[in-house]
Amino acid sequence: MKKGYFGQWGGAFIPEVLYETFARLNHAYEEARADASFWQEYTRLMANYSCRPTPLTYAENLSEHFGGARIYIKREDLNHTGAHKLNNVMGQGLLVRRMGKKRVIAETGAGQHGVATATMAARFGLACTIYMGEEDIARQRPNVFWMEKLGATVVPVTDGSRTLKDAINAAFRDWVASMDETHYVLGTVCGPHPFPEMVAWFQSIIGKEANRQIREQHGRLPARVYACVGGGSNAMGVFQGFLDEPGVELIGVEAGGKGLDTGEHASRMVGDLASPGVAQGYKTMFLQDRDGQMLHTHSIAAGLDYVGVSPILADLGEKGRVRFEAATDREVIRALELTMRTEGIIPALESAHAFVQAFKEAPDLAVDEAIIINMSGRGDKDIFTIAHAFDDSSWKAFIIGLAAEYQSSNR
Amino acid sequence: MKLAADIKKRRQDKPVLLMTHLVLGYPSLAVNREVIRQMAENGVDCIELQIPFSEPMADGPVILKANQKALAAGLRVADCFAFAAGVIAEFPRVNFLFMTYYNIVFRYGEKDFIRRAAEIGIRGFIIPDLPPEEGETYLQLSQQSGLAPIMFFTPTSSDERMRQVAGRGSGFVYCVARRGVTGQHTVMDADLENYLSRCRRATDLPLALGFGIGCRQDVVMLEGRVDMAVIGTATIRLVDDRGPEAVGPFIAGLLGS
Repeated sequence: MKKGYFGQWGGAFIPEVLYETFARLNHAYEEARADASFWQEYTRLMANYSCRPTPLTYAENLSEHFGGARIYIKREDLNHTGAHKLNNVMGQGLLVRRMGKKRVIAETGAGQHGVATATMAARFGLACTIYMGEEDIARQRPNVFWMEKLGATVVPVTDGSRTLKDAINAAFRDWVASMDETHYVLGTVCGPHPFPEMVAWFQSIIGKEANRQIREQHGRLPARVYACVGGGSNAMGVFQGFLDEPGVELIGVEAGGKGLDTGEHASRMVGDLASPGVAQGYKTMFLQDRDGQMLHTHSIAAGLDYVGVSPILADLGEKGRVRFEAATDREVIRALELTMRTEGIIPALESAHAFVQAFKEAPDLAVDEAIIINMSGRGDKDIFTIAHAFDDSSWKAFIIGLAAEYQSSNR
Repeated sequence: MKLAADIKKRRQDKPVLLMTHLVLGYPSLAVNREVIRQMAENGVDCIELQIPFSEPMADGPVILKANQKALAAGLRVADCFAFAAGVIAEFPRVNFLFMTYYNIVFRYGEKDFIRRAAEIGIRGFIIPDLPPEEGETYLQLSQQSGLAPIMFFTPTSSDERMRQVAGRGSGFVYCVARRGVTGQHTVMDADLENYLSRCRRATDLPLALGFGIGCRQDVVMLEGRVDMAVIGTATIRLVDDRGPEAVGPFIAGLLGS
């Protein structure tokens, strides 16, 4: 098979000006991958800097609540910066050091990848610019605050739909001018080769840990593993621990938004809105019109609000190895509420999509079976969105009061 | 006559040819038609008709905005083909090329897109996000249909890479003057001089130089160095600021006529 392809998906559709940059990146990546000491250095760094291995928490109360399968939660929220994103970023950071580049750029949707990249840049002493859609900036202001405080420059992207895909385009536009000194830290398992494969490799640390942990705690493999899918990096991360185990069913949960029948969603593998296409440097299933123009997408979770999906997951879906489902915004809020109340755990809105599907299926499984939910990140960063979704009156009063205070001190 | 041969023949009478660019549907097809008329009547040799795409990754802010506005106004790929057929028939002395991103071709169907383009008299394609490694079918079908798939040289290309890509294309080679996206100015310096002589050594195909050329002085500096100057963002800015009727005098000024 052609390099960088997964079935019919993937490839490297890059402008000629980046040809040599990609040649060098491929070389550095392949060299690192062939060097066992690189992975050792990576896991040491993640243990010391980022609380790895993250726990696999047995959710006893949720398990009892549904009365079926034992529910285990892989706690990527406890990774430094609060999400799985840092795994990829620190890996690429080590690669940047090997390549001798001095500046990193990144796109961000929810802001988690931006915060992770800014963190890595601060730690490794690199200059850092983050591209973020204007609409996402409005949804995730706290993350913008942290990126700036960590020393990164955050550039609002006002083109197109002003979300993740537009931030990716903007990052590429920076890169075609700056590639001599700059590495583009792509945040997910999408984009041109080697990004899907390379990011999946760094994220495989999740699945490796989870496979060992579930055997230790449950005594055998789980029946099913659930993960939310935006670009697909947390899903690929946990799935890789179980891909070779045919008895473990893998379920990717996409953003069902306001419902698949409304067209207001970001489901590429479920529903009939997506079709094969080539954009942002790779071939996959895109939400696009007949001519190939990308459509507007919607999700309550900024991190899932994306037109494309990992070429690796498109292939695994096509081959039937991964089953895809969708969770609506409304279901997500209910699952989030239940998880907070019963377990004292606050999943990110993105992660809560995986919880929705797991909750639907857990009651039908036997009590001696286990399922794993990959909790890709923590939800307290979403406080503005979640408080808004809950229509929380005391929160609103607090914001109004705070705004009044700022206004009066501005006068 | 094949595109490369036509360019070489025109070059016998002119020190440097001119290729201009416009985004179809921006600000409207009616204005596009008037702009093309002014370009054709003032001696432009080739025109790139850009079929808008929602994700124009290699384009700078001016062309990006033009793509988005054209799409927001409801322009479809079918409209682009119909419009192109009309102007090709109306201005037979101009070589028209389609510039677009690969997804537009892919969604239309490579075979159908190339066949339809050949039928209406398009001479070649410029697709910045389709490297030869990913474009086997496209390259083969284009060559079979007598259409020129235009390849790119860039300042980051090695001599070996230049020879490799030139061997896959025809018509001419589009030499990108510098790193970055469209719409930024370029000056002639020792680096550019050296780059252009590397380009010249790598292929027998005519060379076109683009990115940021916008005045008579820029065109003059290219005489004897490349075969064709590419005017991209400059005419879009001109039409935005002063309307389509400013294009004719602008082109005449570039050519010193």
